[in-house]
Amino acid sequence: MATTEAIDVVMPQMGVSVSEGTITKWLKQQGEQVEADEPLLEISTDKVDTEVPSPGSGVLTEILVQEGQTVDVGTKLAVIGGDGASAPKQVEAPPEPATAEAAAEAEAPSSAESPAPTAEPAPSTNGKTFVSPVVAKIASEHGVDPSQVQGTGRGGRVTKKDILNFIESGPQPAAPAQPAAPEPPQAAPQAPAPAAAKAAPVPAPAAAQAGESFEPMSAMRKGIAEHMRRSLDTSAHVTSAIEVDMSKVSAIRAKLKKEYQQSYGVNPTYLIFVARAAAETLREYPWINGEIRGDQIVTRSYVNLGFAVELQDGKGLIVPVVKNAETLNLLGMAKAVTDIAQRARDKKLLPDEVQGGTFTITNPGGYGTFHGTPVISQPQAGILGTYAVVKRPWVVQDELGEDVIAIRPIMNLTLTYDHRLVDGALAGRFLRDLREKLETWDESAY
Amino acid sequence: MAELTYLQAISDGLRTEMRRDKRVFVIGEDVGVYGGAFKVTLGFQEEFGHWRVLDAPLAETAIVGACTGAAIMGMRPVAEMQFADFISCAWDHLVTVAAKQRYRAGTPVPITVRLPSGGGFSGGPFHSQNPESSFAHIPGLKCVCPATPEDAKGLLISAIEDPNPVLYFEHKHLYRRIKGEVPEERYTVPIGKARTHREGDDVSVITWGAMVYTAGEAAQQLESDGVSVEIVDLRTVMPWDKPAVLESVRKTSKALVLHEDTRTGGFGAEIAATIAEEAFEDLDAPVKRIAAPDTPVPFSPPLEKAFIPQVDDVVAGLRELAEY
Repeated sequence: MATTEAIDVVMPQMGVSVSEGTITKWLKQQGEQVEADEPLLEISTDKVDTEVPSPGSGVLTEILVQEGQTVDVGTKLAVIGGDGASAPKQVEAPPEPATAEAAAEAEAPSSAESPAPTAEPAPSTNGKTFVSPVVAKIASEHGVDPSQVQGTGRGGRVTKKDILNFIESGPQPAAPAQPAAPEPPQAAPQAPAPAAAKAAPVPAPAAAQAGESFEPMSAMRKGIAEHMRRSLDTSAHVTSAIEVDMSKVSAIRAKLKKEYQQSYGVNPTYLIFVARAAAETLREYPWINGEIRGDQIVTRSYVNLGFAVELQDGKGLIVPVVKNAETLNLLGMAKAVTDIAQRARDKKLLPDEVQGGTFTITNPGGYGTFHGTPVISQPQAGILGTYAVVKRPWVVQDELGEDVIAIRPIMNLTLTYDHRLVDGALAGRFLRDLREKLETWDESAY
Repeated sequence: MAELTYLQAISDGLRTEMRRDKRVFVIGEDVGVYGGAFKVTLGFQEEFGHWRVLDAPLAETAIVGACTGAAIMGMRPVAEMQFADFISCAWDHLVTVAAKQRYRAGTPVPITVRLPSGGGFSGGPFHSQNPESSFAHIPGLKCVCPATPEDAKGLLISAIEDPNPVLYFEHKHLYRRIKGEVPEERYTVPIGKARTHREGDDVSVITWGAMVYTAGEAAQQLESDGVSVEIVDLRTVMPWDKPAVLESVRKTSKALVLHEDTRTGGFGAEIAATIAEEAFEDLDAPVKRIAAPDTPVPFSPPLEKAFIPQVDDVVAGLRELAEY
């Protein structure tokens, strides 16, 4: 019986981790009669090559996607019946047939009885069975298609144990999966039809080599990757370094520590002193606190200080911003930085709080490094790196004006600047002034 | 360490604090000459005198009201409700005054209210209830529900020490049935910290009070099926140990919340909702609740047995989750 109503043929979902497919061959031509379930076209995805059966009977009125084209899951490929223009009834092509691999696995014990090794669609466990949240998460993390896992739960449901056993013993995934959930602050949810996915043409690895394993890139990681690359492509990065004697800061720190901790619950860290001094110095160097916008140079009457905060054991980075940092005294800075860093780790930052920075401080010195070349957070003009405070032999003058060697806590500071806007001499003067403020820290002024 | 019953451990904790701190006193119906309906304060009046072990009239309103006033004046009262069920008379003092005083005026109200609760001995509708969820809902009140003698002593001392009103639910069915090693010296068990009663990998049971033992027996039966059950004894219902519960559920991915109180609006609902909210992506089955039906506690022994969750009910619930 021919279908009178028009039926859409759409790119089927070939497992949860597959987002697109390529049409390799149309088995029917436009104008030809096709019966329900008759093979209509062949498609290829990064997981499987398969035939797509016709979702209904009728004349193939219109072919919308030609051979060789790659489209997202859910894209309309053709129309059967109707006149090809009327609002058609949406019928999805049947869900994924089992791969030959899965079918072979399922049928292994009785394979002698099956005359032809063709991939019969497995019983209804495919695609339509309920996938629990934890199974979906594990599947996504390991790039496994749950429909390929033998389920032992109720009604053949794939349980957490099933998928964990599968991953432990089963075949390696063919390609990394899409991330399970977007992470702040980059909002790039991978919906069923991720048009954005094609924007970044990341070559899919063919297959895991021995000893390799895949994990999906989080939305945050993708965002960081894109930003780092774009920054290096945009700014002319140059780094200058200076050594700062932190004796004075160290002494004041020791004095303030107890009061700050007991009365305010914050620590007067070296970073806070550097941030306070940098905010002050930046007011005198508007270009280092500035930005190139088009062919204009933007300067500001305020300093919005970004702080690079590490998340999740080195697996992420976020740069919350302390607005109007030039208005904060040392205690205000300590409170503001403690607050944003804590909320960054708790994922409680508001979108507004990671935007609008005019300059950034990064502190990789926590692990003892004494030098680095950070990447500028676009569209800013500079980023200050603070490094480990190390006791070093240091030449100073005694009261008679003679050179003597003293033991001093020394910190290296780097300024990485955009040489398009900031010249080396300007950067040098900025660092000199910053050093001056730290070495002769005036308690009454801060 | 000595082996004490759950009831002896409560007496021991109370006696320890009364010997240590003169501000601590006891007030309740028949707590003095008679030594309390369950004999928790037997011998207390002889040791501490009748001014520190006060026999009150049959008026819970007066008992809790007196405690609130004494606490505001710097004392550390411990009230005994003869049965937890009677606390509804004192609702206004507890909820309107004691719970809010600290927020309203900044005055601490360090009162402890001991609540013999729970069924299992045909006490009927007025002598068997577990009203912890009603009070857990009131900001400003803390609710503890010890299951072991060791926790009974340690949590009572913490409750007396706490600057806020603490409702101490002691399960009558455990009084003389449960024995355990209890340190002789003074110690505290922190309010708000759960305890892993039994470790397992496949299903988590979140429970407290007498149900800890019901869950324990059920878990033992499941062991022969190859199902490994973890039991989290909440110990404190408010503030409850969310991290411990979530950690267990994230490990097993299946959760059964079990309590003796009635189902609708019981504290299990809060726990189940929190698991769904915060551990959704780690779940491999719907969160299941086992609780009493929404009726008063029946007198008749067969009906009461049908009312209070039994080992078989828990076994069936655990099987269902394991097979899901």
